[in-house]
Amino acid sequence: MVLHLIRDQFPILNQEVNGHPLVYLDSAATSQKPLSVLQVLDDYYKSYNSNVHRGVHTLGTKATDAYELAREKVRKFINARSTEEVVFTRGTTTSLNMIAYGYARIFLKPGDEIVISIMEHHSNLIPWQQAAKATGATLKYFPLQSDGTLSLEDIKQTITEKTKIVAITHVSNVLGTVNPIKDIVRIAHEKGAIVVVDGAQAAPHFAVDVQDLDCDFYAFSGHKMLGPTGIGVLYGKKALFEKMEPVEFGGEMIDFVELYDSTWKELPWKFEAGTPIIAGAIGLAKAIDFLQSVGFDTIQKHEQQLMEYALNKLGEIKGVTIYGPREASRRSGVITFNIDGVHPHDVATVLDTEGIAIRAGHHCAQPLMKWLKVTATARASFHIYNTMEDIDRLAEGLLKSKEFFTHAF
Amino acid sequence: MPSNNLETLYRQVIMDHYKKPRNKGILEDGNVTIDMNNPTCGDRIRLTMKEENGKIADVKFEGEGCSISMASASMMTDVIKGKDTETALRLAHIFSEMIQGKEYETSEDLGDIEALSGVSKFPARIKCATLAWKAMEKGLLKNQSES
Repeated sequence: MVLHLIRDQFPILNQEVNGHPLVYLDSAATSQKPLSVLQVLDDYYKSYNSNVHRGVHTLGTKATDAYELAREKVRKFINARSTEEVVFTRGTTTSLNMIAYGYARIFLKPGDEIVISIMEHHSNLIPWQQAAKATGATLKYFPLQSDGTLSLEDIKQTITEKTKIVAITHVSNVLGTVNPIKDIVRIAHEKGAIVVVDGAQAAPHFAVDVQDLDCDFYAFSGHKMLGPTGIGVLYGKKALFEKMEPVEFGGEMIDFVELYDSTWKELPWKFEAGTPIIAGAIGLAKAIDFLQSVGFDTIQKHEQQLMEYALNKLGEIKGVTIYGPREASRRSGVITFNIDGVHPHDVATVLDTEGIAIRAGHHCAQPLMKWLKVTATARASFHIYNTMEDIDRLAEGLLKSKEFFTHAF
Repeated sequence: MPSNNLETLYRQVIMDHYKKPRNKGILEDGNVTIDMNNPTCGDRIRLTMKEENGKIADVKFEGEGCSISMASASMMTDVIKGKDTETALRLAHIFSEMIQGKEYETSEDLGDIEALSGVSKFPARIKCATLAWKAMEKGLLKNQSES
């Protein structure tokens, strides 16, 4: 598909904001959704909305088929061995909390170690802090290199025989750093630790193969990869899922319920208590179709071009500091920066008056902000629908912010 | 040239307070200390006040944040210094009405603070402007309930 045709699939982009054509550079917070995704949601609610895995009526069967077909699509998308390893959740945060509650809190003992990195999003940090407090395990951090990357040497040093869980982001939502998951998994497995990967910023941008990575758990969200909000995925190796206890109990997840005891359904349903996110799963499957019809090769190539162009263009502006690795090839999707003397909120407001949407703040990564020695930053993030012109508009907006705050007063 | 829209928000007097904040620092002999932050964006303020005989004898602030939050803190300290506690609390209420774009009482002299009225047109920035005021309110009310 040609780029402008792809862009046409996202009607939301075709509007004016504050008198200017919208430039949406906040896809790392949530991506926009193509027409095909909106259509399947509409179709589901208009023609076969029904609960799944119960009842014998026709609509119920249709909904169940669509829901389970979505699971199969996700399985293929991440190359899991079977659909037993694919659990639908509310999103990455829920997925990570499920492991912290259903695995870490059950199996960790005092003296065990959990290792994470300083670049983690709060959702891959606080669940481990809490699990460590609850079990008496020790929480440790991989240090960062000055450009915001991890070094293999540090990884080897930090993971010890006592380490039971390593939880790491695939791509940093602030620095854009792509972490060496395969190396981390190999080193962790040698020491007997399992590896949990936060894939929220990876799955939207490049092909993820959980068997190739050999990670034990992989979590991601639908809404950052052109799908609807409220749907996410937790992949887990079958043997681990079998050992794990459900975190939520109730309808849908049971086998037999007696007065004083109950048994659970088999995988993956034992982890899906209550009416599942049916429309969300169907929408996510359609988003996967869309990503695959464009092709991750095309997506990556386009985003790399945008990244290279943005790194150059923003790098040329005097007083702009860009965080994270300077080589486009070592990062994905996001470019985080600050302008000397202008607070990122003020930058975001000036850009907003120009119709440009970026994120400003701590990006749910306060420990990383501390490490960067800033309280907040501005962040622009891309997806397939962004153009070089969007980057030009961003650069013009930044020059204007700088001008406005240095000379206007 | 900056657009009119931006100038409604970033008035000259606001930028003056941002660049040359009044009452910056920590009061060594204060009797009210309040820390407050805006967890969604990372702005934070520490407000120290010396409240005696129902009056705010002195006040200082320290913090980090955007131009709106820091200018608002500077203006707030400027206007409440020397005022009695009740007036300060009434000003906090008036400020809250003004910043939400509601009708507000004009009996008090708001001075520079009125320059912040334009923030009401930028809903995403209202929380920036109210941080220091919320801290002041909380500090004074806490002191009242303790004494």
